[in-house]
Amino acid sequence: MRTTLKLTRTLAAAVALVALSGCAAPTPWVKPYEREHLADPIMSFNRDPISSGYVEHVLETREGAHGATGAVGGGCGCN
Amino acid sequence: MQLTPRPRRARAHPGPELSPFARTLLALAVITAPALGGVLPEDRADVMWHSYDGGDITVTGPEVLVRKKIGDNLSLSAGYYEDMISSASIDVKLSASPYHEVRKQENYGIDYLHGKTTYSAGYIHSREPDYIADTTYYSVSQDMFGDLTTLTLGYRRGWDQVFRDIKTPDGIIENDPTFHERADHHGYSLSLSQILTRNLIVNFNYELLTDQGYLANPYRKIRYLSAGGLGFTLADQVYPNTRTSNAASVQLKYYLPWHASLAAQYRFFRDTWGIVANTTELDYTLPVWKHWIFDGSLRYYEQTHADFYSDLFPRADYQNYMARDRELAAFHSYMAGAGASYQFQVPGATWINRSSANLNVEHLLIDYSDFRDALLAAEYGAGREPLYRLNANIFQVFVSIWY
Repeated sequence: MRTTLKLTRTLAAAVALVALSGCAAPTPWVKPYEREHLADPIMSFNRDPISSGYVEHVLETREGAHGATGAVGGGCGCN
Repeated sequence: MQLTPRPRRARAHPGPELSPFARTLLALAVITAPALGGVLPEDRADVMWHSYDGGDITVTGPEVLVRKKIGDNLSLSAGYYEDMISSASIDVKLSASPYHEVRKQENYGIDYLHGKTTYSAGYIHSREPDYIADTTYYSVSQDMFGDLTTLTLGYRRGWDQVFRDIKTPDGIIENDPTFHERADHHGYSLSLSQILTRNLIVNFNYELLTDQGYLANPYRKIRYLSAGGLGFTLADQVYPNTRTSNAASVQLKYYLPWHASLAAQYRFFRDTWGIVANTTELDYTLPVWKHWIFDGSLRYYEQTHADFYSDLFPRADYQNYMARDRELAAFHSYMAGAGASYQFQVPGATWINRSSANLNVEHLLIDYSDFRDALLAAEYGAGREPLYRLNANIFQVFVSIWY
């Protein structure tokens, strides 16, 4: 019983710590006003989705590997 | 008014009671967790013409993509894509007939923003004369830790119907009534985007994919050694009915002091068919002369062959599963790309915030390590033909407007 209680408390503290870590957000190491460079369109990983999606499609149909690119493509019989 | 304490009810499931401290922590967690948020994608429309030319295959066609916000929390997107294919590839010449066909694809998406959580869903429908594919996808994205971190969980599901075209005695091409197969796909993804410094951002992506059903190309053939003729005989491929793949990637993007950016990407892939692949890519983006943005990219890709792949099997029925699809062969490839984007304002169209005209050109070179040009068997002998090499040029011309 004592062990269960201890475990529950530890779990509660862990869950709270993870969720409350959002409360630590008011002091992020990169402040919102320091994100000018990151907000520049040239810093986007996917500046033109229409273009990156097309290239992804071309490569997927010619290679054995696929996935983990952040894009979702539909299936096709393109081989 | 006097308040009287309510009599304490008996607990249905007696157990350990949390201390006031633990309850306070949990309550705070529940209250604060949803108070984080994100940003919806910009309203924009793109119209593109694309072209692929390589290995005696030409694929051209249009694509349109439109995205529009409805209110502050909802964003809708719709797209149309077309491939007009003219193929006389090495595979087609060996075991089928050159063909022309059109593939059409529509896609619809919805993004809903609640606090700093974005819920996304979408549907993609693709159809060609001998293949129909439907895909749905769902994802939840959460910004956290002062918007330095974005965590996204995704799931996608695909249903494919595979047909096989035959030519009737009258010369009409139609679906073979005796052939109708299906393939199902599931994908589970996790991605984490992290701001590291005021100039550096990193993305981690992981995806688990499972495929089940008819996973082969019904037109392509294996070849095995035989006496006489060209020294080989063609036979149907036999694929496993299941495949599980794991892919993980890391992407870094760095803002350079002279207003440019450098991106690096690495992806590792492994599946249950024995394919192991590595992908590395570098991209450089440079805005110049106020209205122009130039891009350059280099990509290197390598993969091992599938366990059941062979360019030339020793005999018929050599093993349970046999394939000769080039995509399952061992090869490495290089892709070099360049792009130019011109930013402009449309005169008189006050509802358009900005516009761009874009040209992207890529060259793809694939060097196969164990896929030979079987069309040259008469000249060199079966199994001694030169290794196949693919050169392809890829063009994209598109116009984008933001409104």
